[in-house]
Amino acid sequence: MSESGRPSVVVLDYGFGNVRSAVRALERVGADVELTHDRRRAQEADGLVVPGVGAFAACMAGLRAVRGDEVVGRRLAGGRPVLGICVGMQILFEAGDEHGVVTEGMGEWPGTVRRLDAPVVPHMGWATVEAAEGSRLFAGVERERFYFVHSYAAQEFPLEADIPEDSPFARTTIRPLVTWATHGDRFVAAVENGPLSATQFHPEKSGDAGAHLLENWVATLR
Amino acid sequence: MPVAVRVIPCLDVDAGRVVKGVNFENLRDAGDPVELAARYDAQGADEVTFLDVSASSSGRETTYEVVRRTADQVFVPLTVGGGVRTVDDVDTLLRAGADKVGVNTAAIARPELIAEIAGRFGNQVLVLSVDARRVQGDVSTPSGFEVTTHGGRRGTGIDAVEWAARAAELGAGEVLLNSMDADGTYEGFDLEMLRAVRAAVGVPLIASGGASTPQDFVAAARAGADALLAASVFHFGRLTVADVKDALREAGVEVR
Repeated sequence: MSESGRPSVVVLDYGFGNVRSAVRALERVGADVELTHDRRRAQEADGLVVPGVGAFAACMAGLRAVRGDEVVGRRLAGGRPVLGICVGMQILFEAGDEHGVVTEGMGEWPGTVRRLDAPVVPHMGWATVEAAEGSRLFAGVERERFYFVHSYAAQEFPLEADIPEDSPFARTTIRPLVTWATHGDRFVAAVENGPLSATQFHPEKSGDAGAHLLENWVATLR
Repeated sequence: MPVAVRVIPCLDVDAGRVVKGVNFENLRDAGDPVELAARYDAQGADEVTFLDVSASSSGRETTYEVVRRTADQVFVPLTVGGGVRTVDDVDTLLRAGADKVGVNTAAIARPELIAEIAGRFGNQVLVLSVDARRVQGDVSTPSGFEVTTHGGRRGTGIDAVEWAARAAELGAGEVLLNSMDADGTYEGFDLEMLRAVRAAVGVPLIASGGASTPQDFVAAARAGADALLAASVFHFGRLTVADVKDALREAGVEVR
């Protein structure tokens, strides 16, 4: 918690992302926001947002250049919330495949991010999602449209099915909540996995619905 | 669920002020792009586009400041076009808070610019703007449509459909097709040209030029447009964004 009494959020500034919009949207929903790539600040904030636009490989290189991947890893090890947005979500997966060039991601989740197969790509505009049951992020905005702009996405989420229902761990393991959307292929639109959350769409550009979702996330930081 | 068809008001901005006149009631300052962008956002605009028509570099600086203020207050995507010539111009606009950048004449002169911008920032930031018309006189192109420059006053002899397809291959993430024949006529979008470009490009297509009635927007959506852009019908209060969306919804077109 910052001195202001509001939750502190660092938006990671590593040269990729419409960071100004992300900062303003988070301020609008009551967070005390700082835009920086200072690792200590990013480590200590109540919440860390990892934005990202453009290419998977370029974003991953930019993130590594400021050692943002280490910051994310340490935060998660300590149970401290992280929110990835757009390519900031994609790089949380094991790998990204762009035109046959495979780039290693942060590997927080299994799976490879691939190009969408649809008549019109990029997937650009306002689309609805199949919000995960029990989602905190989508509480109150389950049926709203959010703004997407991307050509690539994770099209499977193996962790979701990992634990058989009859396993002794089934009841005690916290399953990731996966929200899906469809554009040609079905793809992962959002994940809530303990301290780690991410959206493929841009909540900071999704009007009131996006603000509500960010407010839901900021509320988890208190 | 399919992605919703977008409705996009476009504002011409000169040295930080809206030109071409905007005529809303109860507006504190009819020339302030920020106030107008917020107004359209409240009406349900899915994006807002600024076309910077500033002739001077100081005028452009002022527009950058307007982009900053708009991005601080408007939480739907903002596209800025007009006078973008280099990768650095794109960088400046994105840093100011633009989500997408429109490129037009500079890409005709040097098509590699498209690949340069897409390579640095991704293709989703790049809207290729094509001012096209039916060929005139003894000019001929395969599709019968040609690219123009100088606000439609000069033909280039370049086939408009081929150019749109090539730009998408080079890395444009979206094509804004502006009919110079229909622009300002209030006779509806050029549906024939829209269909021709739709058949040739696999990136989102924005229809522009000629909108007058809600039914014009419906017809363009049915012709394959992913987004519908208009200026004066919105500025002069002939239609609100909500009117257009009601008509689209009634016609069975998905809208936000």
